[in-house]
Amino acid sequence: MPKVLRDIWIVFQRHILLMVRKPLWIFLGVAQPVVYLALFAPLLKPALASLGADSMSAAYRIYVPGMLVALALGAGLYSGFGLLEELASGVIERLQVTPVSRVALLLGRALRDVVMLMVQAAIIIVLSLPLGLFVKVSDLLLAYVTLALITLTAASFSYGISIKVSDPNVLGQLVNNVAQPVMLLSGTLLPIALAPLWLRRAADWNPFDWAVNGMRALFAGHGGAPQVWQGIAIMAGFSVVVVAWSARQFAKAVR
Amino acid sequence: MSAQGAVVIEAKGLRKSFRTRKRRKTTTVEAVVGIDLHVAAGEIFGFLGPNGAGKTTTLRMFATLLPPDDGEARIAGADLRTEPEAVRRSIGYIAQGGGTWNEATAREELVFQARIHGIGKSQAQARAATAVDAFDLADYADRNCKTYSGGQRRRVDIALGVVHDPRVVFLDEPTVGLDPHSRVHMWQAVRRLRADGMTVFLTTHYLDEADALCDRIAIIDHGEIVAEGTPAELKREVSGDVITVDFAEGEDTGAQDGATVAETARKAVEILVAEPYLRSAEAREGGGVRLTVDTGKAAIPRILRTLENAGLEPATLELHRPTLDDVFLAKTGRSLHED
Repeated sequence: MPKVLRDIWIVFQRHILLMVRKPLWIFLGVAQPVVYLALFAPLLKPALASLGADSMSAAYRIYVPGMLVALALGAGLYSGFGLLEELASGVIERLQVTPVSRVALLLGRALRDVVMLMVQAAIIIVLSLPLGLFVKVSDLLLAYVTLALITLTAASFSYGISIKVSDPNVLGQLVNNVAQPVMLLSGTLLPIALAPLWLRRAADWNPFDWAVNGMRALFAGHGGAPQVWQGIAIMAGFSVVVVAWSARQFAKAVR
Repeated sequence: MSAQGAVVIEAKGLRKSFRTRKRRKTTTVEAVVGIDLHVAAGEIFGFLGPNGAGKTTTLRMFATLLPPDDGEARIAGADLRTEPEAVRRSIGYIAQGGGTWNEATAREELVFQARIHGIGKSQAQARAATAVDAFDLADYADRNCKTYSGGQRRRVDIALGVVHDPRVVFLDEPTVGLDPHSRVHMWQAVRRLRADGMTVFLTTHYLDEADALCDRIAIIDHGEIVAEGTPAELKREVSGDVITVDFAEGEDTGAQDGATVAETARKAVEILVAEPYLRSAEAREGGGVRLTVDTGKAAIPRILRTLENAGLEPATLELHRPTLDDVFLAKTGRSLHED
């Protein structure tokens, strides 16, 4: 096995172990979306009517995929705080003096975030089933691919910023300032279709908006719709750019 | 430098400065202003100096964590600037604060650390088991790291730093903040590294640690090495051993009746000053004689014989060996623990 893959695997395993030791975070992360699911979605039914939601079940099919994207984005963007803790504890410095691949330090972590998001998404989807959500397994797999790419991108961005600035205050501010417009401009919770034209044109430049459209098509049962492959392709391209940028920050900071 | 040992750490003109900006004013702090040193294979080499002297900065440069501004160094044959990867393969580095994941056990950490050094899984497990025995971690190796005491944590740090069997180990302040018992335990662990064939480079600001643990030391102050040698050499170089001799008043002096203590002392100096093994002899204010010699233990019987032959009988005789603090004082003009 090439060294970099082996290193990614070893770092990934370590972070999965740490995640399993502290499972509370998985459930804390999922608590807010579950509350949203129970309380907000019913309120949104009239609002979502413009997107063709004529029943509760239809409302969930629009609402749940958006919420999953919001969860993936949020979880990913905030994951840098974990890295800051490791920087402060000296673990990163310990690894820095070893020949471990610097890309592995990034991807081993980011892939753990992807796995965590998969678990959280599964919880939300299962809880949504009795509410009338229905999704085909093949569509669900494509939805998971989209979510994985979103998490990978958001987490890599957050890690890149963290390793560059290594200051929780800066990270917090930056993440907030990035997360708000990105979520708004991708119609995760409030559909962008309700927005004025200029806002919709702005959203066209947001890769996450394409991902949300793909997700909604999948949950609506249109696995073959062009939005699906467009969303995945755009997210894949964007994730490559962000991971490459972040890997550069790691290589520079963890020389 | 021991004759048989090859040089494993070699530095020439190593420099590092830091720029700090405060309210648009840039100030440059010269942390290390030119370090030259050689460390031979199998040595415990100590870097002794006060806080802020540049010890940790130098250590971090050697450990590939900080790029030097100038100068060069070779660690285990690899060039620090051009082959950091090769340096990393032959070194272990144990930072002052250590660094472990709270939710992992020492054994898991050891296996992980061995594996990222490229060691296969079963081999890594075997190494972890060996380290657990060697560093006496068995009682707690399977508990999460967050439950460890300071001394336990420090031993885990060391074990993690050497689990891949490096040629050179860098240890930053190995015993800072430890209780006396853990400290002795730690020293044993460091000596074991030497016994296993590793070269140890450590920093310390404890005089007794440098004295008891290190084969050779370099004293660093304001980013420069001001003295280098074995602890015994350094002490000898500075002052040699000091012997003070006191005489009792009255009959016991053995001198002529009525001689005062001061007179006896003067007489003793007159007799002793010609002795070839003495560096200096002087009468002290208030009586008594102060002698400096190269090796006190050998000089004492000869001094006694000389005085006896002259009919003088000392009441007390005391040997003071210089400490590293005397050396530090002589080299830098201040005591190590003043600040």
